[in-house]
Amino acid sequence: MNKKAILLIAVFLSIPMFSQENLKEVKITKKQKGIQKSYTVTGNTTIITSKELLKAACCNLAESFETNPSIDVNFTDALTGTKQIKMLGLTSPYLMITEENVPSVRGASQAYGLSFTPGTWVESIQITKGAGSVVNGYESISGQINTELIKPINDIPFFLNAYGSTDSRFELNTHFNTKLSDKWSSSLFLHGNARVSKMDKNKDGFLDNPLAKQINVLNRYQYYDEEKGLVSFINFRYMNDKKQTGQLDFNPNKDKGTTNFWGSEINTERLDISTKTGYVFKDMPYQSIGFQNAFNIHDQNSYFGLNQYNIKQSSYYSNLIFNSIISNTMNKFATGLNFTYDKYQEFVNINDYSRADTSIGAFFEYTYDNADNFSLILGSRIDNHNRLGTFVTPRLHARYNPWDKAVLRFSAGRGKRSADIFAENQQLFASSRTFDILDSNGKIYGLNPEIAWNYGISFAQKFSLFGKSADVGFDFYRTDFQNQAVVDLMQSPQQVLIYNLKGKSIANTMQFEFNYELAQHFNLRSAYKFYDVNTDYLSGKYQNPLQAKHRFFGNLEYATHIGEKGKQWKFDYTFNWIGQQQLPNTMSNPVNDRLPEFSKSYSVMNAQITRTFSSTFEMYVGGENIANYKQDKAILGSENPFGPNFDASIVYAPVFGQMYYAGLRFKIK
Amino acid sequence: MKNLSIVLLFFLVGFVTQAQEKKNKNAKYVTEVNGNCEQCQKRIQKAAYTVPGVKSASWDVATHQLNLIINEEKTTPLAVKKAIAKVGHDTDDVKATAEDYESLHHCCLYERN
Repeated sequence: MNKKAILLIAVFLSIPMFSQENLKEVKITKKQKGIQKSYTVTGNTTIITSKELLKAACCNLAESFETNPSIDVNFTDALTGTKQIKMLGLTSPYLMITEENVPSVRGASQAYGLSFTPGTWVESIQITKGAGSVVNGYESISGQINTELIKPINDIPFFLNAYGSTDSRFELNTHFNTKLSDKWSSSLFLHGNARVSKMDKNKDGFLDNPLAKQINVLNRYQYYDEEKGLVSFINFRYMNDKKQTGQLDFNPNKDKGTTNFWGSEINTERLDISTKTGYVFKDMPYQSIGFQNAFNIHDQNSYFGLNQYNIKQSSYYSNLIFNSIISNTMNKFATGLNFTYDKYQEFVNINDYSRADTSIGAFFEYTYDNADNFSLILGSRIDNHNRLGTFVTPRLHARYNPWDKAVLRFSAGRGKRSADIFAENQQLFASSRTFDILDSNGKIYGLNPEIAWNYGISFAQKFSLFGKSADVGFDFYRTDFQNQAVVDLMQSPQQVLIYNLKGKSIANTMQFEFNYELAQHFNLRSAYKFYDVNTDYLSGKYQNPLQAKHRFFGNLEYATHIGEKGKQWKFDYTFNWIGQQQLPNTMSNPVNDRLPEFSKSYSVMNAQITRTFSSTFEMYVGGENIANYKQDKAILGSENPFGPNFDASIVYAPVFGQMYYAGLRFKIK
Repeated sequence: MKNLSIVLLFFLVGFVTQAQEKKNKNAKYVTEVNGNCEQCQKRIQKAAYTVPGVKSASWDVATHQLNLIINEEKTTPLAVKKAIAKVGHDTDDVKATAEDYESLHHCCLYERN
């Protein structure tokens, strides 16, 4: 019984995506595979363990998805140095990104938020395709990404990671952990990273990657009383991130605000305080109550050439959740309340877009599991938001195992959100484009809320091929926007038009996956992905720019037997082929500053070798973009950055070319 | 909005009254049930859940222990064991009939004591 109680508490800690199902998820973690897919949970969820994160350069959360086909990682643009992610053909604003089930990347942090969580802090990541759970809110449209950080109670006393790469980026991570008493433990995570020298490999006079400095500190406390069924977390976090980019000769002290040289600085400071308490009722392991509170301030000061952009978001989030059963554990439910307050102080050049938003909501989620081959999650929530109004958000997930080692899933749900048009599209400030909002009757920058329905179906089957285990997976998802804040780059290369959707905006995506154990310790992962993501723009219907219609992904991993004292070699190779992408319309520019209608297809290869010397020390070396593919013209109009054709925002391929890195990890257990 | 808060309140209140009588409403039992595999597990748990008053039933493949939480106002451990024996699995008190045992899937034909 004790064991069960522990499991349940663990479940509770992570106040799960599908609050009812973590019992199973926790059990699976013991298998220690890099990517785990359960055939018995209801949602189409993939779990990335910390082991998987060791397979790539992986310095922060944004870079944690390189070896996973469910998420597409775009390339760092010269401006932000941040990798943007997409799921089901939609960018991160359409995903619910949570940290330990508290919404984390939203509003002001949309553009860079994922790069503010160092990879070494991560214990696991759960990726759910399609409609999410109603427990966390109404905003998710195409999927959910939840990150669990290392828990102080399971943490090791000391961890050190150092990293350096040929693009002159250096990182240092140190973790300390102490058990304060038999019930209290504490972890202190310190992260620093810097990119110290200016590099211009494509000789366009602009930095290929921004100079950067980040300090990131997290101190967390965990209380755990097994007898009383009580668990609590208190987290304090501070982050300071500075980036500088632009022309090589740009000196911020002299040239800021002038047309001497084009340059940009993005400085962000962030403070997070959060608490979480969970209680499992005595003698009723299936009944629990949880209460989460998070307070944060996100303050970005930036300029892009002569464009100024400042945003400060102060937020408070609170979630109360109660889990129990109806007659027996085949029928579970979760119910509760959320409250969110956001105060934005936002300035775009001289325009003041400051505002405050409040939303309060209640949810109820019912889970039926026949303890055999069928389960269903039916969720609904009702929210009141000062800009979005009062609305209902329904979500449905179902799972059926038609025969042995097979799973069929279905999901459907609605999402609604207010688009933070400037924060989400701030890379466009690095161009001569003017922002023109064509609507003025809505409550969000004059626009209406974004509303979309997402439907999906997926099937997976495990089998044996030539005596080795294999699995195939197929899924199809469709996102159908009823309204969207359309960001139109198809009209003119000197404008960004933003308006309420007139007509249709649809994302149809299909993925076919095949995984096979080629030999012992030698695994293949492969996926073909098809995206048909199109929008009715004012100038006609186009595929959304910078989205490839076809993509192919392959990953090979090989590890030797673990030898004496844990000695081991590990080899990883990742291949990505990206088909042609629709590019923003530049036809009216002079010939030299024009891009073709579609980009060329290309491929990118990454590889890494890890040598484990013992269970406490390992080193790794690796390369990204080994074949050295580079975008032909990374910046339009680079010779005249204050002229009408300047545009640094169109990045469809790597800008930097090949990059090599090395690092080490040391632990005291 | 209001309705949902009322529903929530109802659950919380409901819990309080439940907690006061928890001795009989959430009684825990551990008992041994014979079986082999995951298929047995599903069958045993399913059978236990058919008995009204069984709140939670989980059978461990390795230890053969069945953990039960039952509402004693509605049922007894014996009733649960009877239901399990009916689908072919022996318990300490109630044994399955030869007929029910033999109709099990071949991988579930555990060794009978």
